[in-house]
Amino acid sequence: MTTMMATSAAGKKTSRFRIDLRSWLFWLIMAVWSLPLIWLISMSFRDNADILSKFEVIPTEISLNGYTQFFEDSSWIGSYMNSITYTLMNTVLSLIVALPAAYAFSRFTFSGDKHLFFWLLTNRMAPAAVFLLPFFQLYQAVDLFDTPLGVALAHMLFNVPLAVWILEGFMSGVPKQLDEIAEIDGYKFGRFFLTIFIPMIRSGIGVTAFFLFMFSWVELLIARTITATAAKPIAAQMTRTISASGIDWSLLSAAGVMTIIPGVIVIWFVRNYIAKGFALGRV
Amino acid sequence: MDGKKKNNRAWFLVLPVVFVVAFTAIIPLMAVANYSLQDIQGASNRLFVGLDFFKRVATDPNIQDAFTRNLTLSAQILLIQIPLGIFLARLMPRSGWKASAALVVVAIPLIIPWNVVGTTWRIFTRSDIGLGGVLVNQFFDYNLSEDTTDAWATILVMDTWHWTPLVTLLVYAGLRSIPQAYYQAAAIDGASRMAVFRFVELPKLRRVLMIAILLRFMDSFMMYTEPFVVTGGGPGSSTQTLSILLTTIAIGQFDLGVAGAFSLMYFLFIQIFSFIFFTVLTLDERPGATKVTPKEKKAAKLAKEPKQVRSKLEKVQK
Repeated sequence: MTTMMATSAAGKKTSRFRIDLRSWLFWLIMAVWSLPLIWLISMSFRDNADILSKFEVIPTEISLNGYTQFFEDSSWIGSYMNSITYTLMNTVLSLIVALPAAYAFSRFTFSGDKHLFFWLLTNRMAPAAVFLLPFFQLYQAVDLFDTPLGVALAHMLFNVPLAVWILEGFMSGVPKQLDEIAEIDGYKFGRFFLTIFIPMIRSGIGVTAFFLFMFSWVELLIARTITATAAKPIAAQMTRTISASGIDWSLLSAAGVMTIIPGVIVIWFVRNYIAKGFALGRV
Repeated sequence: MDGKKKNNRAWFLVLPVVFVVAFTAIIPLMAVANYSLQDIQGASNRLFVGLDFFKRVATDPNIQDAFTRNLTLSAQILLIQIPLGIFLARLMPRSGWKASAALVVVAIPLIIPWNVVGTTWRIFTRSDIGLGGVLVNQFFDYNLSEDTTDAWATILVMDTWHWTPLVTLLVYAGLRSIPQAYYQAAAIDGASRMAVFRFVELPKLRRVLMIAILLRFMDSFMMYTEPFVVTGGGPGSSTQTLSILLTTIAIGQFDLGVAGAFSLMYFLFIQIFSFIFFTVLTLDERPGATKVTPKEKKAAKLAKEPKQVRSKLEKVQK
C-alpha cells in the first residue's frame, strides 16, 4: 500500500511546466512555513544584548552564549535528560502492554470488545487539565511523584490507547492465514508472536514507537504537574526563564532548538511510514 | 471486521492495557467525581452537596464564555485547516527523495514540544524583535498583548502552523492509497483536475478526513499550552480556552468542587462527541450497514473503466 507511486497519469499528460509550478508552489509555502523556526534558530545564535538592541534578519555576530549556558547549567541539561528518560520509558512500557492488546483486537472478537476499544479511545480524547488534581494526589500517594517512572505512567493515559489504535491498524494488514499456518506447524502462541508476528510488523512498531515518543515528548501540562525538581522536564524548565532582568531570549531559543533535535532525528527514520502512521495504519 | 474468531480468552491479552488504563484513568476520574459531589474543607470535614457544584458550573458566566469561545476557536480552526491541509497534500511530491524530504519538512511542527511552539511564536510575533511581528507592523498596528483581535488572530495562525501538517499527512496517506487505475480512468475520461478531486479523490479520503476532523476538533477543544505560553489567555480573557480556565480553577484557586464538576462536564461533552464520531467512523465496517453514495458509485464506475479501455486498445492494435 505504501509502495512508491509514479507520477500520476494525469500529471504525465500535463506539461512539464505545470508540474514544476506545483512543486515550486509547494516548496515556496514550506519556506514561508519554516520562517518561525528559522527565526528561533537565528535567535539562539545571538546574545541577549544583541537581540534587544537591534532587529536583523541574518545575525552579524554569532554568539554561542545560549548553548553554553544550556550545557553548563545542570538544571538545564539535567531536565533535558529527564525528558528523554521518561519519554523512552513511556515508549517501551506502552509498547509492551499495547502489543498483545492490539493483537487481540485485530484477530478475535470477544465479549465487550467494541465497548472496550471505544473506552480506550476516549482516554486519548480526555483533556489533560481534567486529570491534573487527581494525578497530583495519586502519584504522591503511591510515591511516584517527581520520578521519571511516574511521568512515564501518567503519559500512558493517552499513549496506550494511541498505540493500540495504530498497532491494530497495522496488524489487521497481516493476513490471518499466517497465524493458522503457524498453528498447524506446531508453534505455541508465545513463540509465534515473538519470533514470527512481531518481526512481520516491525515497521508498524517503529511508527508506533515514533508516535509514542513524540506525544510524550511534546506534553507539558501533566509532566509539569507531577514533578517538582528531581524529574523536572525540559518543557517546565523553559517556563522558568523569566528573571528580574527580563526574559533570557538567547537561552530560551537555544533550549527550544535543543528540544526540536530528538524529534527531527526520529522523524528521519520513519519518514516513509509516517503518513500511514498518522492515518492510524488505516488507509 | 469479518472473519474474526470469537474467543473470550483474548481478554487475557487485553488485561495489561485494562490495568494500566484503570490506574491512569479510572482512579483519577473517581477522585474527580468525589470532589464534585462534596464540599471538602479538611480531611475530616466533608459535606455532601449533591449537584450544587454542577449547577454552579452550568450557570457560571466565565465558564459559559470560555465554552462559547473555545467552540468558536475550534470551528474556525476546522474551517481553515481542513481545506488548507488538503490543498498542501495535493501539492506534495509523491515519489523519490523529494517526497521523503517533503514528509520530513511537513512533519517538523508536529514534533516540537507544545510550549516550544508557544515560545517560538512568542519570539516570532514580538513587534520589536520578532520577524513576523515586525513585518505585520509595517501594515497594521499590531500588538498582541493589548489588542484582543491581534491576540486571537495570532492563536489562530499559530495553531494553523502547528497542526495543519497533521491534516496534510493524513490526506497524503489517503491520496497515496488510491489505485493508479482510478487516475488513468479519469484521465481517459478527460476529467478536469477539479473533477478528479471531486469524484475520485474526495470519496477515497472520507475515512482519513473523518480522523483528521475528529483529532483536530478534540485537540483544539482541549488546547492549553500554546495559548498559555503566547498570551496567557489574555488580553483579559479573550484567548482563554476551557483548559486554561479549568487549570486556573483547579491549580490556581484550588477550588476542588467547581473544578471537579467542571472536569466531569468537560469530559462528558468530549465523550459524547467522540462517541458520535466513532460510530460514524466505524459505520462502513459493519456488515450490511454500508450505504453506497452516488459519489462512490461514480468512482467505482470510473475504476472499472480501464478494463474496457484496455480491450478497446487491444482491438485497435489488432
